Amino acid sequence: MTYNELERKAKEARKWLVETLVKCGAGHPGGALSSIDIMIALYFEVMNIDPNRPEWDERDRFILSKGHSSIGLYTTLYLKGMIEKDTLLTFRQNGSMLSGHPDMRKVRGVEMSTGSLGHGLSVGAGMALAGKMDKKKYRVFVIVGDGESQEGSIWEAIMFAAHYKLDNLTVILDRNGIQIDGITENIMSLEPYADKWKAFGWEVREINGHAMAEIVPALKSVPFTEGKPSVVIAHTIKGKGVSFMENTNAWHGGAPKGDLAAQALREVEEALAKD
Amino acid sequence: MAKYSLRHAFAEALVDLGKKYPNLVALEADLQDSTQSIQFMKAFPERYIQVGIAEQNMMGIAAGLALSGKIPVTHTFACFASMRACEQVRTSIAYPKLNVKIFVSHCGVSAGTAGTSHHAIEDIAIMRAIPNMTVIAPGDAREMRQAAEAAIRYDGPAYVRVGAGEAEDVYTETHHFEIGKATVLRDGNDATIISTGQLMYEAVCASDELRKQGKKIRVLQMGTVKPIDREVILEAAEETGFIVTIEEHNVVGGLGGAVAEVAAEIGKAKVRRLGIQDRFSPVGTAAYILGEEMLTINDIIVSLLEFVKE
Repeated sequence: MTYNELERKAKEARKWLVETLVKCGAGHPGGALSSIDIMIALYFEVMNIDPNRPEWDERDRFILSKGHSSIGLYTTLYLKGMIEKDTLLTFRQNGSMLSGHPDMRKVRGVEMSTGSLGHGLSVGAGMALAGKMDKKKYRVFVIVGDGESQEGSIWEAIMFAAHYKLDNLTVILDRNGIQIDGITENIMSLEPYADKWKAFGWEVREINGHAMAEIVPALKSVPFTEGKPSVVIAHTIKGKGVSFMENTNAWHGGAPKGDLAAQALREVEEALAKD
Repeated sequence: MAKYSLRHAFAEALVDLGKKYPNLVALEADLQDSTQSIQFMKAFPERYIQVGIAEQNMMGIAAGLALSGKIPVTHTFACFASMRACEQVRTSIAYPKLNVKIFVSHCGVSAGTAGTSHHAIEDIAIMRAIPNMTVIAPGDAREMRQAAEAAIRYDGPAYVRVGAGEAEDVYTETHHFEIGKATVLRDGNDATIISTGQLMYEAVCASDELRKQGKKIRVLQMGTVKPIDREVILEAAEETGFIVTIEEHNVVGGLGGAVAEVAAEIGKAKVRRLGIQDRFSPVGTAAYILGEEMLTINDIIVSLLEFVKE
């Protein structure tokens, strides 16, 4: 897909994401809207996957370590034809297969159940190590949140991946700068972020996480250095695409109602129509 | 009777199983001598993963390996697997029902004078409360070897618990470990002892001693605490009316708790739980602490006689 086509696909994703959020009345829009462009790029351009055979052995693997952004993953899987529309609109409803944090045993195409922060990168590193042991060509992509990397276990996994030279592992860091309680640098500072990853033995690139012209080339050029895991620090805007959700912790979680819901829907629909 | 270290029994079994299962891999968190995973490392260096002192990461790595067709066996002490890495075990292994085997050594108070930080008197209760988890606590080398093979053959998460020391042989050729089934070590209808882990030796000795006095005490080894063998508990309640449980674990939530839960459903037996009496242990060797906690052969006999006399 061209960058323009991918950008249009991302706008379509935002429309479905917000519609699902509003109709289902629950979810975590902030971090889903900040990372949706990355998920669209991965599923529509970067990863070697077959939507008809999600268990295909040679496929690239994706783990959404920040599992609360599930609504973005479900929307992407829907656009990829791996989840039905009717199913998407059961998000977080009683008896649905789509819980707030994804369950791999309920949703075909979800590689790993996530939700508890700090777990997903270890699992991705395990998959990458198995790939190396078996001399397989598949690659593993993990989206980690910036707030999430306050969990100590993330740094255990970072150390491990560098030690075992897992250059088939790529982390995309959703650096939206905001967590539930506020600005990451006020809550528990992460900077100098890139330097920390470098010091731990990873090869780092920094990009605008909403520009396909930056996301795709970065993700297509991994590993940046042979023998090293790659991390793409994607500078993003929390709540990107819905004006009142942008750059605030107020919409980390929660679904808008009434006029705000109408406004959110109008904004994502207009963005798509303008395209 | 001979004694043998269960850690060594497991490690030897794992090397044999490694020949049979090419997808078996071992993970270690910097305790290769203590857990004896060093044996697997020497036999299959390409299938051995040292993770350093990072138990939480070890569980996540194991999950990722299981998702990629491996049978990972993690190695660390019981306290670290069940408590430091508890949430990884629960959310990233048990919840997606991944085929990870969590082998733990130094369970109960077997780390002795190392002190409470290295004891695990809570792990059975913790692991038992996690859906999808199988909890196995073998009592001697023969049971350990059979349990190791059963755990590897079983498709799903399993927690396998052993102590640090040597265990007296109890199993004979007639005894056989099966996941979810108790092993009948002694027959009798006067009362029942249900043991788990290596205190099955004390249980059998107590039964043999009382047999000399004409009292026939049934001994059941609960090599699997979860899923628990409900049938044998209900039978013992019905037929003997009194059950003493014995375990190297807190009496809260462990084997005693599990047996009492089942027995209470039919209300036909008294249950007395011998174990660590819900307190952190004094400084001492494992044998000293077990004595302080009244977990000796004589303590079992005293408990039984109170009832059998009635």
